[in-house]
Amino acid sequence: MQPFEAVVAEQGPMVMRICRALLGPVEADDAWSETFLAALRGYPDLRPGSNVAGWLATIAHHKGIDQLRARARRPEAAGDLADRPAGAVAGPEPADGELHGALAGLPAKQRLAVMYRYLADLPYAEVAALLECSEAAARRNASDGIARLRRHYRKDES
Amino acid sequence: MNTDREVIDGLTLACDEPTDYAPLRARLADRAAADGLLDVAYRTMDSPAGTLLLAATPAGLVRVAFDRENHDDVLVELAGAVSPRILRSPRVVDDVARQLDEYFAGRRRRFDVPVDLQLARGFRRAVLEHLREIPYGATESYTAVARAAGSPRAVRAAGSACATNPVPLVVPCHRVVRSDGTYGQYRGGPEVKHALLTLERAG
Repeated sequence: MQPFEAVVAEQGPMVMRICRALLGPVEADDAWSETFLAALRGYPDLRPGSNVAGWLATIAHHKGIDQLRARARRPEAAGDLADRPAGAVAGPEPADGELHGALAGLPAKQRLAVMYRYLADLPYAEVAALLECSEAAARRNASDGIARLRRHYRKDES
Repeated sequence: MNTDREVIDGLTLACDEPTDYAPLRARLADRAAADGLLDVAYRTMDSPAGTLLLAATPAGLVRVAFDRENHDDVLVELAGAVSPRILRSPRVVDDVARQLDEYFAGRRRRFDVPVDLQLARGFRRAVLEHLREIPYGATESYTAVARAAGSPRAVRAAGSACATNPVPLVVPCHRVVRSDGTYGQYRGGPEVKHALLTLERAG
């Protein structure tokens, strides 16, 4: 098993990409720390041959979403989150065409597919395994997610 | 922004700003230690004997490795033998590094740091326990070490216990020499053993 330090060195930037895509730059640092702390706890039990990048991306997603929910519980925001995309509670829209934090606005499946494929750089076969769906469905979710981000971006530009 | 490719590039670019990970990693190591999740903390240091790797468990200094051992390999060994919960965390072993600096400068004759000998068992461990009692500037033969560790005839085993000492320098296996006065083998190389004995004789 690799020393955990090597995992942090190798996957640190990927985890940071996900945290920033969900939360924006300011809160991303906390989510990054929380992700690796949780990962460190579970690391000795990780099965040999596991997809470490996918495992960390999943933890980073949980931590990012936790933080968005905590943000929503603060006095200035309220509401039932269960059926809404996380971005609906993510506060102000990213300004000036910023894609920081924009990922949070996607429906869950699309958000995860875009994240695993483009931020964690995993092949579709692994994305499909993580999402427990077919490879075709994984591709569809990722491309729908990107299309939605593009519309969001255009709106900001106009 | 018109194509999917541009959206993807925009997304990754926006999230890939240059980042200084050093403070993030330092904070992670501190929090891991506070939560009892840091099983092995390590740092490297420059020394007259080359770059040294210093690794500690919560019980004490568990491994000192010389350049020639390949530090990455040593960390992988520690992951298997102790725990994969390993992070670079200078703070934890700074005190050891400071004492080693003083030792190399001729200003320290004993190390005052907790040592974790979990990587050595049985007779090997008995040998290491004994080595800690050989004073600065003195030497002992492998035969004398075998006797002191309780097995007078296990001279070869005493030699291999010294050769595989996980905590060289701090547990002074360099003070063990052959009965004919020649130096014998050393994990850091014969020239380092020679230099250490010369340093200690000068003091």
